[in-house]
Amino acid sequence: MANKSRKDEMLRVAQYPLDWLEERSGLIGGLKYFLFRKVPRDSGWWHTLGSATLTAFLVQLGTGVILAMYYKPNPNDAYESVQHITNDVTLGWLVRGMHKWGASVFIILLFFHMARVFLFGAYKYPRELNWIVGVLLVPIALLEGFSGYLLPYDQTAYWATVVGININGTAPILGPFLASFLRSGSEIGGDTLSRFYSLHMLLLPGAILGLIGLHLYLVVRLGVSSPPWSEEAAGRDRDEAPATPGSGLVNPSARGVSRRPD
Amino acid sequence: MEPHEGQDKPHLPPPSLWPVGFAIGVVCILVGLIVSWFAVAVGAAVTLVFGFLWVRDVTGDYRRREIPAATVDAQGGAESATTGAPAIPASEGEAAMPPPEPGERFDRNMFLEGATLGLGSVIAGIVTVPILGFAIGPVFEHKHHHEVDLGPIENFKEGQFVISTFMLDPSEGEITRRTAFVRNNGFFKGKPSFTILSNRCVHLGCPVQPNGPLFENRKVQQPTKAGDVTLIPVLPAGGFGCPCHGGQYDQEGNRTAGPPVRALDRYEFYIRNGRVSLGKTYSVADVTGAGASAQIHKYKLAGPGQHVDGPEQIFYPLQPPS
Repeated sequence: MANKSRKDEMLRVAQYPLDWLEERSGLIGGLKYFLFRKVPRDSGWWHTLGSATLTAFLVQLGTGVILAMYYKPNPNDAYESVQHITNDVTLGWLVRGMHKWGASVFIILLFFHMARVFLFGAYKYPRELNWIVGVLLVPIALLEGFSGYLLPYDQTAYWATVVGININGTAPILGPFLASFLRSGSEIGGDTLSRFYSLHMLLLPGAILGLIGLHLYLVVRLGVSSPPWSEEAAGRDRDEAPATPGSGLVNPSARGVSRRPD
Repeated sequence: MEPHEGQDKPHLPPPSLWPVGFAIGVVCILVGLIVSWFAVAVGAAVTLVFGFLWVRDVTGDYRRREIPAATVDAQGGAESATTGAPAIPASEGEAAMPPPEPGERFDRNMFLEGATLGLGSVIAGIVTVPILGFAIGPVFEHKHHHEVDLGPIENFKEGQFVISTFMLDPSEGEITRRTAFVRNNGFFKGKPSFTILSNRCVHLGCPVQPNGPLFENRKVQQPTKAGDVTLIPVLPAGGFGCPCHGGQYDQEGNRTAGPPVRALDRYEFYIRNGRVSLGKTYSVADVTGAGASAQIHKYKLAGPGQHVDGPEQIFYPLQPPS
């Protein structure tokens, strides 16, 4: 008996800091609300592609921040600093490799995720807005790839960027101006590199982070949709009355408000 | 989880001096790290003692928690005792204000809302406009073009193409290194004539290569005020070709095959004191004839891939300043 109350006391002490945080911020409850959501019983591996894409992006974020500590974005030093990262800095080859190959992984997973959402019909009511946000994320992610490609500043990077910018330049009416904007003038120069660097590490990742936030908010609010072969209604709450098989979405508009944690 | 019903009651720990002593102890440790180990020891002792007292003070309430919070009630009672009567809510008594209808708007309310939004937009505009101007404006400013000195005219044998690489703007360095194919056409109506083709493919801007042998043994490193100019004679018997997407041009720069939409761009040139120098670049729709007597259909410089003549030119009505 005494032993048990001792254990309770210990638990209470361990719980105290969490309660302290929860009472003042609601963060613990918020985290639980975010993590312990109800998902359809027959959601499976296909539904992990979104999280996988997010993870790939976070890897890019982490490795990119570290690479920025060693990279020098001016035309005379850029190539040398990338060589330095690859050959001299401890584990530089690994982090640069993660960033370089991770970029492709991110884009590939992005398209797999998009294909899954499309083929499962998960973009349908009430999730149309989330599809739109996702579609906005695609060109920004591709621009990340384009702007990052110049940064090693070797021959491939330089001429690929020349060609890429000139492709933009052939767009009707505004194309020449868009090309000038990307080039930071009529010719590629030192400003082009720092412009691409700024876009690559500040503007575009910021935009991606903002849109991912919106994307996740909508996922949490609307719930995960069940696969097309499911007997369950898409995104049904566990405590709702069981829907008749194949009846589709049940009362989706009430879902967001009714789903507070208890 | 701690009870939430206490939210509207004062929930602060009583003021305490212990954290001040704790902070002084920490400062003492940090200063001691530089000054002397003795100070570190004193600081550590002070930190420990005051830290212990602080924690004891803060957790005192928690440790006495089993006792019902009668003190709070006593306080409330004391308050009403001093005022003599319980406070009258604003919605009761003679001076009562009617509770506002839900959704009712007041002039002041709307004014404040408008002022917040309006001032906010003004401030946002004041901040954003110069930032955008800074990001976009410099891109479209006219740049001053330097003439590029290629050295004495004797370096260019008549009828011979020479691959000339030079820096467009030495102050910006190697990044502005460009290549042109220069051919001396001799004299035309008493004036020197040159064909100077830019090596930028007019498909998408890759570097065009001569289709023929280079005479590296006759290479000239010509020093000029704007750094070295490299001159390599070449015989582009098969014209010029682009390695990227296979665009082909003849010796006058006319497109012969592949995706380019016009002829190669050309440089204006000047002869001053027996030296050749390059001026601005211009675009060429096509060239009829060859050499000194060629007819060049000249246009303002356009980007690669952009039509300067024919019906497609309507897609590119304006060019940014270059």
